[in-house]
Amino acid sequence: MNNPLSELHAPWLEASVLFSLIGAMWVGRLRDPFVASRHSLVFNTLTLITTIGAWIDYEFINPEGFPPHDAQDWWNPLTHLLGREILVIDPLSAPLLSLVALLYFLVSLTTLRTKIRRFSFAGTLMSEAIVLATFSCEEPWLIIGLLIAGTIPPYFELRFRGQNTGVYLKHMALFAALLVVGQMFVDLEGRNKQIHSLWAIGPLLIAVFIRSGIAPFHCWMSDLFERATFGTSLLVAMPLVGAYAAIRLVLPIAPDWILRTIGLISLITAVYAAGIALVQTDARRFFCYLFLSYSALVLVGLEAVTPIGLTGALCVWMAVSVSLGGFGLTLRALESRRGRLSLTNYQGLYNQTPALAVLFLITGLASVGFPGTFGFVGTEMLVDGAVEAFPYVGVAVVIASALNGIAVVHAYFRLFTGTQHKSPVSLGIVRRERFAVITLTALIFVGGLIPQYNVASRTRAASHILKKREDVAAPKPDLVGNSAPARQVH
Amino acid sequence: MPENPLAFALGLLVVGAPVALFAILGLASLLLSKPLSERTIARCVQSSIVVGLIASVSMLVVMLTWGDTQIPMPIGNWVDVETPVLHAHYHFVFKFEFDRLSIPFVILTYLLCGTVSAFANRYMHREHGFNRFFVLYSLFLVGMVTTSLAGTVETLFSGWELVGLSSALLVAFFHEWPAPATNGLHVWVIYRFSDAALLMASIVMHHMKFEGDFDRLVTGEWPFATAPLESNEALFVGLLLLIAAMGKSAMVPFSGWLPRAMEGPTPSSAVFYGALSVHLGAFLLLRFYPLLLLSATLRGIVISVGLATALFATFAGEVQTDIKSALSFASLAQVGLIFVEIGSGWEYAPYLALVHILGHACLRTLQFLRAPTLLHDYRVMEDAIGERLPRFTGAWLSHAPDSVKTWYYRLALERGYLDAFLNEWIVHPVLFLLKKCDSLERAWTRFLASPTPSSPPPSDTGATLEEML
Repeated sequence: MNNPLSELHAPWLEASVLFSLIGAMWVGRLRDPFVASRHSLVFNTLTLITTIGAWIDYEFINPEGFPPHDAQDWWNPLTHLLGREILVIDPLSAPLLSLVALLYFLVSLTTLRTKIRRFSFAGTLMSEAIVLATFSCEEPWLIIGLLIAGTIPPYFELRFRGQNTGVYLKHMALFAALLVVGQMFVDLEGRNKQIHSLWAIGPLLIAVFIRSGIAPFHCWMSDLFERATFGTSLLVAMPLVGAYAAIRLVLPIAPDWILRTIGLISLITAVYAAGIALVQTDARRFFCYLFLSYSALVLVGLEAVTPIGLTGALCVWMAVSVSLGGFGLTLRALESRRGRLSLTNYQGLYNQTPALAVLFLITGLASVGFPGTFGFVGTEMLVDGAVEAFPYVGVAVVIASALNGIAVVHAYFRLFTGTQHKSPVSLGIVRRERFAVITLTALIFVGGLIPQYNVASRTRAASHILKKREDVAAPKPDLVGNSAPARQVH
Repeated sequence: MPENPLAFALGLLVVGAPVALFAILGLASLLLSKPLSERTIARCVQSSIVVGLIASVSMLVVMLTWGDTQIPMPIGNWVDVETPVLHAHYHFVFKFEFDRLSIPFVILTYLLCGTVSAFANRYMHREHGFNRFFVLYSLFLVGMVTTSLAGTVETLFSGWELVGLSSALLVAFFHEWPAPATNGLHVWVIYRFSDAALLMASIVMHHMKFEGDFDRLVTGEWPFATAPLESNEALFVGLLLLIAAMGKSAMVPFSGWLPRAMEGPTPSSAVFYGALSVHLGAFLLLRFYPLLLLSATLRGIVISVGLATALFATFAGEVQTDIKSALSFASLAQVGLIFVEIGSGWEYAPYLALVHILGHACLRTLQFLRAPTLLHDYRVMEDAIGERLPRFTGAWLSHAPDSVKTWYYRLALERGYLDAFLNEWIVHPVLFLLKKCDSLERAWTRFLASPTPSSPPPSDTGATLEEML
């Protein structure tokens, strides 16, 4: 980063990471899980406030209509300490940081008594610090270090729960190794080189595939959802760290033809995962495949490298995080009441928990881009961009979306209808959950009915990303990276 | 702001009334711990319908008085973004249009929805899901009004999806039993594929004309507009639109959902599947009528689909043993004929089809609403004529041998085995393949988990909240 960065009005970024870190250490010392839950919520709230502060501050110093640029904290003690910019904020990460903090906050908030003893609040705060730092970071090696660090807390959770870690460990070890190898090749070929060889791009791409759960590297995700707590699985999946890694590590160095080829693989994964979600008999696996389908769709848009496709992907990213996050929280709330949920039989929970049923439907349909919800415009743009980048096969996005819609309503009918669940006690929604429900529903509808701000903000982020790779798109290079002169991205 | 502020104000009322109703009923359900009383709900619904109906009739009067045949009502760019550096521009226009097609359709919608709401207030009295019924009813109304008045493909698609969702949930209204849920899902699956076809058509149109605005896609006033497309382009887009229309109007081979939709409460069956929803496919074809005129092949396919459906529905309808199913097949036969009329390409075919839709929808609503009292009505009629009502059997069938009668009866009772065909040749193979893939994935995961023997995935919650409390 050679250009001087503008400064925020407070050290928001460092404060947000620091609050999570201190929180993790503080909460880790507490023995009573109920006290830990309350204290954790305080730190989650502080982190959320600081990330929202960072977002508002960034928008204030980067008003719409001016070329977006990166900014760093005011005073930035980390920069003074290490002599280089560590945490920065740009149009891509500004809203994402708040979104990540909101997800962590809501997961902590909606952890009910049934889950409190088995949910690691300290581990969650540690993960939050790592994810926030990752999203505030643009330096490749630092991102790689943080991505690898982010794989550790879920591993320990699996160990503590006495679960088999084989699948997770093998995938994450490969992920870490590929990241390191790929970046080493990038460094060997020279950071300033615009087009890198397949030796450098290939490992990084496969690493992104693993983290994003692109077929055939997706099995670890379904395994994690089955073995870890739902809250942890949700937080590993939902921030779409893989997509962030793709933007920071792959997009700036990969030529169009590679990205488009990879986009096709993502497209196949999106349809495949949507299809597999249809035949799941376990609610967690169903959720996992639904997520994988959307994670793949986001990558399709990113790899289409067209302004509309990229903007659509970034919009869907936001929408999926909110809606699928809410959808996951609803399933988690149902699990707290009924244990692991089977989709083989009708559960008939509507009469017991009508509010959760409504939220399930709203969040589920929002995730498939239903009109009037957060994901609608983003999905339309994504489809448009995909068809532009991949004529004929681009319509597969529509098929994936249709299949996901069927899967969501199928799950709704299985869980909430078909019979009447009898319970001697009320299974109704509790106050904390009601707060989460209303927050997410409001976000889904406000984002859906007034989409201009979000789309404009994501367009700026897309322009920022595409400008960074303006000279990258080039004809197919050979294996050692020799290529024709660079051309402009359209 | 359009040239005529009165028309704009009336247009806002036509569109705003059902949206306000849905917002009130939806928010009350979500935020209030106790649902609104039946009386409050009934008043809200009546007010919304009355406002919408008066506004739409007034709009018709305004149009007739000023001699306007087309009043566009742009709400504005819902999304409008531009990146000059990258030469990319995207806008998402939300626009309504009052013309010769939309005004009759929206008046019909208000009229029938109003009638049905008055009926449902009594029919659903003290029903456990009274509130839920009217929330879904208002969502349906929003969808119908949006679809009817849509001035862009995106607006039409939004309304189209809302109609689909509310319909599927209303079919599963009595959700304490498995059958309504299964049938609701069946309806949703067909609708979802119909939606996908419409979305694809909209994308193709976008890429052909760079606009989703009907004004740009077709030039001139409905139905005399022309579409600036080549014949093969019109055929391609038209086929996608036809698939969407076939799904929504339960044309062959998607007819299976219509009798299943009768699982819902009678008022919703009457207004949605018997009168309005089932005609949406025909409405879509009418809206894109200029496209049909460009391709004789497309028109031929539309006629074939309509004829096949009319014949199928007549056969199947004759052996139905419950009144709602019989009426649904009767509806289908008429919608098939409407498709034939549209496909004929005759100069006045759009008007004929529109009048057919209006008349048929009103008649069918009346029949559906009288269905619960059918036995009573029969008794009154038999008392009046002093003998049993005559039974009609098909003239040709009475001369047919018994084996043919039996075969015909089975075929009709099984609804032409259309559902069985779709299940056997499409649904089951696809699901089999997906299940196979899923089991292979599980095997691969188990392999990766070795050498440590893989313990079965745990039940996450040792004690559920239910048990704890």
